[in-house]
Amino acid sequence: MTYLRPKFRHPELPKNKLGYSVDKYEGALSTLCAGCGHDSISAGIIQAAFELNIEPHKLAKLSGIGCSSKTPAYFLSNSHGFNSVHGRMPSVATGAAMANRDLTYFGVSGDGDTASIGMGQFVHVVRRNLNMTYIVMNNGCYGLTKGQDSATADRGSKNKSGEVNLFQSIDLASLAIELGATFVAQSFSGDKSQLVPLIKAAMSHPGFAFINVISPCVTFNNNLGSTKSYDFVREHVEATATIDFVPEMKEITANYEKGSSKEVKLHDGSYIQLKKLAEGWDPLDRLSAMNAVQNARAKNEILTGLLYMNPNSVDLHELIETSNKPLNSLKKSDLCPGSEALKAVNAGLR
Amino acid sequence: MKPTNINDPEYFHKVVDCQHACPAHTPVPEYIRLIAEEKYTEAYMVNWDSNVFPGVLGRTCDRPCEPACRRGRVEEEPVAICRLKRVAADNKGDVKKHMPQGPFKSNGKKVALVGGGPAALTVARDLAPLGYEIHLFDEQKLGGGFMRSQIPSFRLPETVLNEEVNFILDLGIHTHFNHFVSSMKDLMAKEYDAIFVGTGAPRGRDLPDLPGRKEGDANIHIGINWLSSVAFEHTSKIGKKVIVLGGGNTAMDCCRTARRLGGEQVKVVVRSPFSEMKASPWEKEDAAHEDIPIIDNHVPKSFVIENGKLKGMMFDKVKAVYDEKGKRQLVSAGEQEVFIEADDVLVAVGQENSFPWIEKDLGIEFDKWNMPVVHETTFASTHKQVFFGGDAAFGPKNVITAVAQGHQAAISIDLMCKGEDLNVRPSPFVNLVSQKMGIHEWAYDSAVETDKRYAVPQAEKKVTLTNRKKEVELGFDIATGFKEAERCLNCDVQTVFATDKCIECDACVDICPTACITFTENAEENDLRSMLKMPATNHTQDLYVSSELKTNRVMVKDENVCLHCGLCAERCPTSAWDMQKFFYNVTKAHSGCASHK
Ligand SMILES: Cc1cc2nc3c(=O)[nH]c(=O)nc-3n(C[C@H](O)[C@H](O)[C@H](O)COP(=O)(O)OP(=O)(O)OC[C@H]3O[C@@H](n4cnc5c(N)ncnc54)[C@H](O)[C@@H]3O)c2cc1C
Ligand SMILES: Cc1ncc(C[n+]2csc(CCOP(=O)(O)OP(=O)(O)O)c2C)c(N)n1
Ligand code: SF4
Ligand code: SF4
Ligand code: SF4
Ligand SMILES: [Mg+2]
Repeated sequence: MTYLRPKFRHPELPKNKLGYSVDKYEGALSTLCAGCGHDSISAGIIQAAFELNIEPHKLAKLSGIGCSSKTPAYFLSNSHGFNSVHGRMPSVATGAAMANRDLTYFGVSGDGDTASIGMGQFVHVVRRNLNMTYIVMNNGCYGLTKGQDSATADRGSKNKSGEVNLFQSIDLASLAIELGATFVAQSFSGDKSQLVPLIKAAMSHPGFAFINVISPCVTFNNNLGSTKSYDFVREHVEATATIDFVPEMKEITANYEKGSSKEVKLHDGSYIQLKKLAEGWDPLDRLSAMNAVQNARAKNEILTGLLYMNPNSVDLHELIETSNKPLNSLKKSDLCPGSEALKAVNAGLR
Repeated sequence: MKPTNINDPEYFHKVVDCQHACPAHTPVPEYIRLIAEEKYTEAYMVNWDSNVFPGVLGRTCDRPCEPACRRGRVEEEPVAICRLKRVAADNKGDVKKHMPQGPFKSNGKKVALVGGGPAALTVARDLAPLGYEIHLFDEQKLGGGFMRSQIPSFRLPETVLNEEVNFILDLGIHTHFNHFVSSMKDLMAKEYDAIFVGTGAPRGRDLPDLPGRKEGDANIHIGINWLSSVAFEHTSKIGKKVIVLGGGNTAMDCCRTARRLGGEQVKVVVRSPFSEMKASPWEKEDAAHEDIPIIDNHVPKSFVIENGKLKGMMFDKVKAVYDEKGKRQLVSAGEQEVFIEADDVLVAVGQENSFPWIEKDLGIEFDKWNMPVVHETTFASTHKQVFFGGDAAFGPKNVITAVAQGHQAAISIDLMCKGEDLNVRPSPFVNLVSQKMGIHEWAYDSAVETDKRYAVPQAEKKVTLTNRKKEVELGFDIATGFKEAERCLNCDVQTVFATDKCIECDACVDICPTACITFTENAEENDLRSMLKMPATNHTQDLYVSSELKTNRVMVKDENVCLHCGLCAERCPTSAWDMQKFFYNVTKAHSGCASHK
């Protein structure tokens, strides 16, 4: 029986700037079904955190309930973690982020956890532009409770027992754009060359960064007729562009045909390089992003890649001018500045 | 790259690094698993079939398998393959009942074996059960060749050697000991159907031109002659101060033997730098442990004789210089010659073949170095009925090579006697069986232990240095043997990929602890090697490439550091990966399928 993962790793594993090899970002051995898309996304998160030189103890991973929400156990075991109540990850994340702005917040949710029970929480965290990455591992079903259709199952899609879904699906990416999310992307668990740079960009984005990742449930929703199966997704994906995440702005040497490539600079000096841009789409333009998603839907395509981003994002802390230090580092003198300060406040109210 | 042809047994054979590196291709992981299961008799028999002398080799083998062992690429040290073989030999039960049982029905053919070393004994073992009448000639009084006359008892106890030599002689071999074959012509006149020459490389090199060599002769000894005279108890003493010349394993055996015969200040003096000495690292360690200094970069100049008696030797200090091609030259350091005192000198500077007894007009061709012309796979000479093997064929090597060549020569002799083509070699016996028993259950112990290599305990120096016959190594006890066996990665349990079942979910890629697997566009080998999740920089290890998948990509697995942990197969939702035990066994003459008819 191998419930154990061998301790040996490839002897030539590279180290990142912190001197860690990628195995320092691993988690416990996954207990998900063999072949679950969620495991691939976990591997993508591990790779992204490694490449971004994240200090594991400076990251908090948060989740709700579901197979997807179990995954934080399977990556970054040296980071903080909070496995919350079903659909309630956003409020826990908000509380944590408000209390300690120095951590990187990484939320993992499922389509059930987000689009059904957690919808109310989701929409508010989007509109508040909380500084976090929010990944939905979207398999179109409730995997953990044995595969019932979720709210993201497409109309007409067939589940494992042959039932056709009668209801309109919720398109989480469109919804996020609509609600003012400042970074919205879509991807597929089976395409790490796209997923990893997207996660890195999302984690570098100051504000709410949402990635809807189609992630097949091999056990309950990988059947013929499902629109979230490996085969269906592979046949129907279209990318907005190929994406590269470049850590620091270097001089750009390559020459691309005008209109076929674009660099989007991020707040911290890193940038996203996009090549082979889809026609009529501009990642910095909300309307064109919405159009692109809708057009793709109409053509029965799954549009992946970066959809929209706002490089001038103002996150919740900035917006409501919170303390610029984590609350746990505030001294008594910061919290009780004394009667003189009180007088000054009162005087201002007269 | 083209898809890998896994139906070619050589592909998976190469993945089993140890077995592939073993000249006799002993199924190493198979016997290591048997040891872990405490099935020592079975483990012994797996060895006996392949290498004929498990007890001897478990103590003395040159172990080419160990530097090849995959474990050495994922952590510091390889599995102690050789010493595990000894665990099987030490703890075996009644093995004799598993060996061919004579008397064998005669096939009417007679074969003469010249020499009684491992090569000839292997030929005897492989041919006797087929009904050949075997006549073995050796000038010594007992069988075993250099295993008896050269390898000292403190490394190989006589009882161990006797047992394994007798397993063979008991198959009904006609032995002619104390019989030096002085004429091949006479032997050929005796109408043998085939003659096998396994006479080894019996002549030790001397330094005849060094000043003082003749005058000091009484105290200057040729290493291998001296070792055999110790082994046969003609010599039991040596002076207190001894110089051993040479840097190979013979020098190591000479110096350690000298320590046991009264040598108090024994020094090894070698021409080359320490790091380039021919002796195995463990032999050098053992010598150091017995307080024997190794003085390197010293070239012998002369023997110093006073009043007709040896006093010591003069040496020139040198340094190694290398030209652009890396070729070494030893250049004098230009310092004053160094004197080293000695009562006796042992010359261990190499050995060579010598065939004064083979007449040159018999149709057995010799080359310009006076070596017989021998075919590399059939071991046939230019005379149809004469075969060579072991050190006699291609110069001094080691016991396991002699055994491997003996097996092949036996096949050739059998084919020749049946009038068949020697070049059509029998295929190996191979088998590939799934190890899957259930969802998380495999028929092999797939967990990978992290234990570091265990050291073999040794007897106390106080005891071993005063008794030439006291074996230094004590061998692993059963518990340590088990733990060492658990370090083996089961490289024969192969990862087998079925393209048509793969749904390209990446589960195997994500779980593989050593990043062996990549799904990628296909390319030429060199490009492909650089395109993998971890670049495949070890070109001695193959890439396993699938046929094209649905997405037009291919699965590429770098075999280099696969742990054979089975996680890829366990994580595969469709069983596109399976763990299958690959058994590969070189066919021997007596296996019964050597014949193609
Ligand atoms: C000091 C020393 C230590 C060694 N230690 C090791 C070791 O630890 N491990 C290892 O693997 N190898 C070791 N070797 C090498 C190994 O012993 C040989 O490679 C191996 O024994 C060769 O086997 P063989 O069958 O070819 O011949 P040999 O073992 O050399 O046997 C040849 C036999 O033929 C006899 N013979 C020769 N000519 C005639 C003739 N005309 N008529 C009758 N009989 C004849 C000889 O007396 C001898 O008994 C060592 C060698 C030396 C010198
Ligand atoms: C409050 C509450 N209601 C219902 C459940 C039952 N439940 C557990 S997981 C789940 C759905 C999870 O679906 P999703 O978020 O898509 O995760 P998946 O397993 O598909 O990855 C439900 C309804 C629960 N655990 N808690
Ligand atoms: S039930 Fe589906 S979502 Fe859950 S682990 Fe299994 S494959 Fe993944
Ligand atoms: S790990 Fe075991 S099977 Fe693999 S090469 Fe080493 S001894 Fe052989
Ligand atoms: S057996 Fe499979 S998972 Fe394990 S190391 Fe080898 S390729 Fe990787
Ligand atoms: Mg789901």
